[in-house]
Amino acid sequence: MSKYLLRRLLISIPVLAGISLILFTILALAPGDPFEELATNPNVPPEVAANLRAKFGLDDPVAVRYVRWFGAMMRGDWGFSFASRVDVDTLIMQRLPTTLIVLGSAQLLGILVALPIGTLSAIRPYSIFDQIATTLAFIGFSLPTFFTGLLFILFFSIYLDWLPFIYRADISATGWQFYWEHLRQAIMPVAVLGLFQGAALTRFVRSAVLDVIRLDYINTARAKGLSERVTIVKHAVRNALIPVVTLVALQIPGIFTGAVITEQIFRVPGIGSLLISAILANDTPVIMAITFVFSCLVVLFNLVADLLYGWLDPRISYR
Amino acid sequence: MATTLPSETLAAEIPAETSRGPASLGAEALRRFRRHRLATFGAAALVFMVVAVVAGPFVYRVPIDEIDFKAKLQTPSWAHPLGTDDLGQDLLARMLYGGRISLAVGIAAMLIAITIGVAVGAVAGHFAGGVDHTLMRITDLFLSLPQLPLLLLIVYLFRDLLKAALGPEAGVFVLIVAVIGGLRWMPVARLVRAQFLSLREKEFVEAARGLGAPPFRQVVRHILPNAMGPVIVAGTIDVAAAIIAESSLSFLGLGFPPDIPTWGRILFDAKDNLDFAPHWAIFPGTAIFLTVLSINYIGDGLRDALDPRKVLGH
Repeated sequence: MSKYLLRRLLISIPVLAGISLILFTILALAPGDPFEELATNPNVPPEVAANLRAKFGLDDPVAVRYVRWFGAMMRGDWGFSFASRVDVDTLIMQRLPTTLIVLGSAQLLGILVALPIGTLSAIRPYSIFDQIATTLAFIGFSLPTFFTGLLFILFFSIYLDWLPFIYRADISATGWQFYWEHLRQAIMPVAVLGLFQGAALTRFVRSAVLDVIRLDYINTARAKGLSERVTIVKHAVRNALIPVVTLVALQIPGIFTGAVITEQIFRVPGIGSLLISAILANDTPVIMAITFVFSCLVVLFNLVADLLYGWLDPRISYR
Repeated sequence: MATTLPSETLAAEIPAETSRGPASLGAEALRRFRRHRLATFGAAALVFMVVAVVAGPFVYRVPIDEIDFKAKLQTPSWAHPLGTDDLGQDLLARMLYGGRISLAVGIAAMLIAITIGVAVGAVAGHFAGGVDHTLMRITDLFLSLPQLPLLLLIVYLFRDLLKAALGPEAGVFVLIVAVIGGLRWMPVARLVRAQFLSLREKEFVEAARGLGAPPFRQVVRHILPNAMGPVIVAGTIDVAAAIIAESSLSFLGLGFPPDIPTWGRILFDAKDNLDFAPHWAIFPGTAIFLTVLSINYIGDGLRDALDPRKVLGH
């Protein structure tokens, strides 16, 4: 197990290096100087600016700059935010937990919706239930998150007035009230993102279960007298999950797209909305760091998917 | 079809086959596409949408930027069929104009994605070995890039350069199309590579090789046309994905400038007025949704129509 984990970890390093190389190339090709803001600031004398350039090695060869930049990124030394005048890593670490909680709950909701519905659809293909579920899933992943978000606000906040449409980090209530308020404000962002993920996932689960359910070992399981429930849940679904995990891993970069948009609509104080405000404020160090954090998260979740894959499919596990 | 007797089918189809000639492959695909009812609806809806945005502004001649504060935030009426925004600008006119841009972005980005994807996939599948390995590692790498954050980063860094070089409208258009296309070619590359690996061993390609066809001719005349089915399906879905990507960007206020009212941009302007002018957001949002839904259904229908394994089944 630990050897398998170690090997997967070692494979992640070149991926991370590759992603960072792409990021750095984009930054290096971009016109203008990313540190222009300091150089053109009238309060900074030219010799100080020149010293700063020398200190940060802005005139070194590209390869040297890349190695140094990647090293600094890996150490968590992400520089200083131009706009909010604090270290970028403190800024991001304040925001990251919120993003992870919203993303994690949304993904969990997506799986909780998709697994039973996809399985039930596949057990009775072309039944009324299947047709309704497939149609809804199709509509669900054709509805862009920014539009669903606005529709949810329109319906649940403005028309029904049930839920708050602004996510607040500074809730003053205590005890149960505190958790209740947090839950209430998280419902809409989590639902928007989770239902979108769930819709795409339902189709994957349905076709994966459909592929498995006609195989001989399922008939064997039924023939030896296992209940239908055990046959489906333990024999069919568990095997159907193997391709689903791969597809979920492939979907992961896409989840962040939804996360940025949902955070922006509901003003969730996560790193997605921080990215947007950093772009509007021309805050290059923050933008680079957040893109890098998103890339790390993709690699991390791919690693998790790999481990899940090993757990679900003993044939490949932990060699 | 299942209820007719085999002899009847033969009798009915043989003369038709001979008179139709080789074109029947496309006709057969079209027939199977039309059996998919929702795909046919989708195609009709999309054609309607395209005709509306292309011809609409010539028929409905209301300017998109005529400011009229007396008529601001009006709900739909005879004077303004889809209502007006906070400056009293006519929403129908703006949506017809913006729809052109949204659809054009989708199609152009799809063409870029397919071109890169087919090229990478064909090279990887044709040469195999080290080239294949390297190209596929790069494809995997691109697949694990976080799309929207990267899109935002590139647009942020290069926007001014392209605006200066090509003017505000063309610059943003080229940038957005290039970046969306450049981040979406990976699935196509994988598909094409897989097709190449299996097709190059097929008898008809061997026959062409035996007859002395040079590699380029083998690829272009024999392998590529047979690999196009899945590519067309992927390309259709890509149009929808590119439209969503552009709308997301504009919705975040970082895509097209305000004077180019793409559907996403109209939503961006509308989102702070949801409580007293919901129509302003609902119309462009519905337009995006219906376009994407139609395209996805068309993709679904094409998958059924172009899958050769289904020929015998239906």
